[in-house]
Order: sequence, then C-alpha cells, then structure tokens
Amino acid sequence: MAYSATADEHHDAHHDGPAPGLMRWVTTTNHKDLGTLYLWFSLIMFFVGGSMALVIRAELFQPGLSLVQPEFFNQMTTMHALIMIFGAVMPAFVGLANWLLPMMIGAPDMALPRVNNWGFWILPFAFTLLLSTLFMPGGAPALGWTMYPPLVLQTGEAFPFLILSIHLMGISSIMGAINIVATILNMRAPGMTLMKMPLFVWSWLITAYLLIAVMPVLAGAVTMLFTDKFFGTAFFSAAGGGDPVLFQHIFWFFGHPEVYILILPAFGIISHIIPAFCRKPLFGKASMVYAMAAIAFLSFIVWAHHMFTVGMPLAAALFFMFATMLIAVPTGVKIFNWLATMWRSAMTFETPMLFALGFVFMFTIGGLSGLMLAIVPADFQYHDSYFVVAHFHYVLVPGSVFAIMAGVYYWLPKWTGVMYSEVLGKLHFWLTTIFVNLTFFPMHFIGLAGMPRRIPDYALQFTTFNQMATVGAIGFGLSQLIFLYIVIRSVSRAGEKASDRVWEGSEGLEFEVPSPAPYHTFTTPPAVR
Amino acid sequence: MAHASDYKNVYYVPHGSYWPMVGSVGLFLLAGGFAMALNGHGVGSWVSIAGAATLLVMVFGWFRDVINESVAGLYNAQVERTYRWAMGWFIFSEGMFFGAFFGALFYARTFAISWLGGEGEKGLTGNLLWPDFAATWPTAGPLELGGEFIAMGAWGLPAINTAILLTSSWTLTIAHHAIKEDNRQKVINWLAATVALGVIFLFIQGYEYVHAYQDLNLTLESGIYGSTFFMLTGFHGLHVTLGAIILAVILIRLIKGHMSADNHFAFEAGAWYWHFVDVVWVGVFIFVYIL
Ligand code: HEM
Ligand SMILES: [Cu+2]
Repeated sequence: MAYSATADEHHDAHHDGPAPGLMRWVTTTNHKDLGTLYLWFSLIMFFVGGSMALVIRAELFQPGLSLVQPEFFNQMTTMHALIMIFGAVMPAFVGLANWLLPMMIGAPDMALPRVNNWGFWILPFAFTLLLSTLFMPGGAPALGWTMYPPLVLQTGEAFPFLILSIHLMGISSIMGAINIVATILNMRAPGMTLMKMPLFVWSWLITAYLLIAVMPVLAGAVTMLFTDKFFGTAFFSAAGGGDPVLFQHIFWFFGHPEVYILILPAFGIISHIIPAFCRKPLFGKASMVYAMAAIAFLSFIVWAHHMFTVGMPLAAALFFMFATMLIAVPTGVKIFNWLATMWRSAMTFETPMLFALGFVFMFTIGGLSGLMLAIVPADFQYHDSYFVVAHFHYVLVPGSVFAIMAGVYYWLPKWTGVMYSEVLGKLHFWLTTIFVNLTFFPMHFIGLAGMPRRIPDYALQFTTFNQMATVGAIGFGLSQLIFLYIVIRSVSRAGEKASDRVWEGSEGLEFEVPSPAPYHTFTTPPAVR
Repeated sequence: MAHASDYKNVYYVPHGSYWPMVGSVGLFLLAGGFAMALNGHGVGSWVSIAGAATLLVMVFGWFRDVINESVAGLYNAQVERTYRWAMGWFIFSEGMFFGAFFGALFYARTFAISWLGGEGEKGLTGNLLWPDFAATWPTAGPLELGGEFIAMGAWGLPAINTAILLTSSWTLTIAHHAIKEDNRQKVINWLAATVALGVIFLFIQGYEYVHAYQDLNLTLESGIYGSTFFMLTGFHGLHVTLGAIILAVILIRLIKGHMSADNHFAFEAGAWYWHFVDVVWVGVFIFVYIL
C-alpha cells in the first residue's frame, strides 16, 4: 500500500496549537491530548493496582497469617482486579486508540471530540469513588471482581460506591466505544477501504462493538444487585423465586466478551509490530480480520465455561465446552500468521519486537491453559484454583500488558520525537520477562496441586512455589520503574531525535507525518492509493 | 470564527469545551451523593441533587453549543453521518441493557422457577428445601416475599396504553413525513400530538403503579414477579420520559424555526429513540403482561 500526503497537511494555517496552562488538559478535545491523558491515567492505575498485588504477594510469602487481616487481603484481590481491568488495561488501549486511530485512517481527529473528553474525565472520578471505599467502615469490596451474590450483598458501606463507580466506568466505556466506531466508519480518508484499514484499527472496530454490546449488560447485572440490596427486589434470592446463579449468567455474558475486549486491541498492536521488524508484510491480513471477527462472535456463546462447577444440564456443559474450544481455532490462525510473518524474514530485535515476541510465546501458554480449563471434567478440578490465576495472568500480563508496552515503545518516538534508550528498553524487557514467568509459572503447579485462589493462607507444601511467585512479583514491580523512567525521559524530550519513519520497516499513515506528530494532523485528508 | 463556507469540505472539530468536565463533576456528585444517602448519611441526598442539577446545566450548555454550531452551518454531511452512527449505536447499547432484564425474566420463568418447584436436573434441591412449592407463574417465590399479590392483567388499561404508544409512533411518522415536505405547521401539530400521547401513556402507567400498590399488593418486593415487572416497566417508563423530553425540546425548536426539510437530524434522532422505546414496549407487553 502506498500513501501520498497532500501539500498543506504539515502546516496548520487556521488551527492553533494547544491552549496554554493546565486548563488545556481539562477542556481539550484533541485526540492526542486525550490519548496522553488516558495513557498517564492507565500508568498511574497500573502502579496503584500493582501495589495491591504486592500486598497480596507479601501476605502469601509464608503460610499462616503474617501481614494483613484476611478481610483486607480479600479487599486487595478485589480492588486489584477491578483497577487493573477497568483502570489500567482498558484505558491504555483507549489511549492508544485515541493517539493512533485518527492518524492511521487519515482523519483530523476523533469523530466526537467533546464526547471523547467526557469519556476520559469520568474515569478519575469513578476511580475516586471506588478507591474511597478503602477508607470506609467495613473497608473496600472484598468479594472478588466477579461480585457474586448472595455474599456480595453483605458488603458494607462500600457497596453502593462499588456499583455506582462501575456504572460510571460503563458510561465512559460506552461513550468511548461509540466514538471509536463512528470514527472508524465515518472518518477514513478517501480510498481507505475497510480491507485497507490497518489491523489495529480493525481490532478496535471489533472491540468497540463488543464494548457497546456488553457494557450495558454489566450495567444491568449490577443494577439488579443494587435493587436487591436496597429496594427489595428478588432477582438473586431463591426465596423470592430468583436465583443467585442468574447473576453469574448475566455477569459472564458480559465477562467473557470483556476478556476479549482486553486482548483484541493487543492482537492489533502485535500485527503492526511484527511485520515492521520483520520488514515484510503481515502474512494473511484478511484472515487476521476474519479471525478477530470469529473470536468476537464466539465470545458471546461461551460464557458458562466460567460456571461449570455451579452445575448445569449436561447438554449445556457440552455446548459451552465445545464452543470454548472452537475459539482456539481463530486464535491459532492468528498465532500461525504471526509465525509465518517471521518465517525467513530479516528480523531485528528492538524493544517493541522483543515485547511482541514475548507476547506471542507467553500468550500462547495462556491460551493453552485456557483450553485445559475448557474441558469440563478437568475444570471441576481446576476451577477456583491457582491454575485459573495462572491462566488469566498469562493472557493478561505477558499478553495484554506486554502488547501495550510493545505499542508504547513502538509509537513513543512518534509521539515525543525522541528515541528512548534501547539499552534501558531491553533491560526492561528481559527483567520483566524473567520476573513475569517467575511470578506466574509456579502458579500452574500449586493450582494443579490444589491451592485455592483468593485465600490469604495455604498448606505448607505450597510454600516454595509461593515464595518464588512473591520474589517474582516484587522484581516485576520494581522493573516497571525502569519503564516509568524511560517514559518520563522521552516525554521530557531527552534522547536522540527520531526520524519521521522512526523504524526502518514501519508502515502506515502515522509514519508519514513528522515526529513528534504535530498537534493537528490530516486537517485535510490524505489520498490513499 | 471562520466562515461557515470554510466548513463545507472540512470536518468540524470543536475546540476547548468545559461541558464534559461539568458533566463529570455532575455524575460524580450524583453517584457519590446517592451512595452516601443509601448508607444513611443525610447530606448525601443534597449532594446528589446538586449533582443532578449540575448535569442538567451541562445538558443545556452542551446542547446549546451544538445547536448554535448546527444553526451556524458548521456541520457538513460527514458530521451528520457521525451523529447518525453515534445515535444508532447508542440505541443498540440501550437495547442490550433491556436485554439483561428480559434475560433475567426468561431465566427465572424457564429455569429458576421450575427448579425451585422440583422439576428438571436441578430440581432436587428445590424439593428438599421447599417441598410444598409448586412452579407457577406469576409467583413471589417459595417464601412469598412481599405477601400474596394479584398479578397485573393485560387486557384492561395496559392494552389501551399499548395502543396509545403505538399510535404515538404513527403520529410521529406523519410528523416525519411532514418535515421532509417542509410543512412546518403540520410537523408541529403531529409532533405535539406525539408528545401528548407519550405523556398520557406515562400518566396511565403511574395510575397502574398506584393501583398495583394499593389494590393488588403488587410491589417491587413481590418476589421475582414484582422485581421483573417493576424493573422492566420502570426502566421503560424512564426511557419514555426521556424520549418525551427530547421530542418536546425538538417541538420547541421547531416552533422557534429551527431545522428544515434537509437538515433535521435532531428530529430523526429523537424519532429513532421514540420508535425504539415503542419496540421495547411491545416486548414488555408480550413478555410481562400477556405471557
Ligand atoms: C484460547 C482462548 C481461551 C480459553 C479457551 C479460555 C478459557 C477459560 C476458562 C474455561 C476459564 C474458566 C476457568 C475457571 O474459572 O474454572 C477462563 C478464565 C479466565 N480467562 Fe480465559 N480463556 C481463553 C483466553 C483468555 C483471554 C484472551 C483472556 C484475557 C485476555 C482470558 C481471561 C480470563 C480470565 C480473566 C479468567 C478468570 C475470570 C475469573 O474467574 O476471575 N482468557 N478462561
Ligand atoms: Cu471466558
């Protein structure tokens, strides 16, 4: 694919730069400003949620209750998950979307710039509500991010704050998603047909669709919890003819597509980075698009694989088992396409590529443990054990989080105009990779041996593996300070100047504009051939 | 400010707006205050009301900006397409929200109740816990939460209300054709009729609620039947209220001379919303009242 930029795109005759002062960040409608805000917010939440994870790991360093009260431990597991999912990973992907989508499709900005601002600024308020529960009588919610009734209804003063903050996050996500769909469908430069769209754009189109479809369902589920608690409804009370398991069905109807919301944009990012450092077009682009669409479709009909142990008719268990296993097919297509892209290519191993390779290998480990969990009789053993914890951390940390980091390293020079230090980047990668495996790999073993999740204490025989995991977690946490340092250095423009192309093999409209990308790009659309 | 004609080929990108921040603060106060009130802190209600007021200010201010921009001709066809996509997907998300409640109704009636009554693969538990409970619908569950009640019939007022709402969709369509013919007086008349029908619907709905509470002992607390009945009709009623307000605002704008035969997306968006609310009602009427 080739692009030609129109003559006047690099000077902004009648558009001004950013407004001076701090108010710029409050009133901005600029997609780059908002992308930056989202990414910083996500990074802060990554550290907040990370500290909670360290509390969990510190308690689990030894058997017995050593450091914190069990109630507080449960609050940490719950808050850690909520913050990482809704505060760190999702906003990071939205931030990347904000920065990149308009540039990738040759649009002047997002389709609904004011809505974009609102979508972001709801988040700090929502998380203020959520985090404030830590200081309330009864503490923060402690029932796990899955919020199962009837137990969750015993939450203290935190309860309404939990529910209403989730509503706010949902509003923010839905507005963000609608904006992204409208941008992609309506703002492409002339000539950019759907199939010419870069894969990150495609991945976000599908993700946004999932978000619009399932965030309202989550809203419905937590609304029912809310009215059951405060207004006497009986959705989840068997005495009134309801059923607590009903909540699990509604929640997971949201929850499983949600995990794909957390991974599809990662697929998009990886599909940009691997070809760039292999200096070769992506193998099977169209099949990548179809695979993502297939995954999105299937994600709606597998939810009960989270509930095998609560009991369901045999036919249902079989259906959900086979449907879940089917997801491995399009996922496998993607993995094979990435490997085929690398096959006999002129690969180099800059930091983004290292993270992308780490993603491909370790995400696959997570996918395979997912397949094991999908087998009903096996899941009866594995469910609610550390094996599940190992599974979703492999898909989420060396999966989603690695992809976000790969993306940041890949596009950071475009955003800031300077190259980060490759030495530090590689150091960050290797430390992160070693520690992430040290943290999460032993969890497979203790899970298979029977250690339950969400428990502050354990039997003596699990000690060694738990200690490895704790050491790994501390190492992982500290390694992220390198990342913080790298980002701060780049943002303060310290480093070698980056070229417009940034990387030898980079492709796409975002690399046609100068580095750093000017405040307004493509005020008139470029021609795409 | 640039001339409107500059925007014919340029996608209008608004700059610097305070409204989103006002809206975020409003939502924060509304949610935080409500949560405090539910925890028994008296100030909470006031905080919540302040939040709602802030949100109202935001809605007015934001839409005023949008209307001014639209009237000034800053929106080209592409901007309008954005609004179309956005409104369409917003309605889809609303549909999914209702889907959660319809799903709960379906699950309760098809699975939960019969299991509690001792039928099917999970019937054993129900038999052990509540041997006397027989699966019927409507029900307030084995413990008859909320006490005995009489279910809401379908063929009295609810059927009339259905007719009213369906008629309002029809009057709205006439108004829509009229605006395309640029027949302003006709639009105003038929739109006014639509809003009036919506308001009548809401009044009847309110009357039905009073009847349920006073005569039938059917309350929000009447087990799963009361829960699904009031949550589905209640959220639907909220949406009718919102839709009626939207249409009323559009009516005022029409009277003021806004919009034209080829520039009336606000009208269409309101109409889509109204038809959507209508379709949801048909679902409510069939699954909640008739079946
Ligand atoms: C090949 C693809 C996958 C399969 C077959 C699969 C299968 C499963 C199964 C069966 C469970 C339930 C385990 C149990 O609770 O007993 C599970 C849990 C989970 N999976 Fe996956 N999964 C896959 C991919 C993913 C991806 C891509 C993500 C996210 C990026 C993910 C995130 C999660 C999470 C967060 C949980 C745990 C939820 C909880 O109980 O808190 N999975 N997976
Ligand atoms: Cu799942």
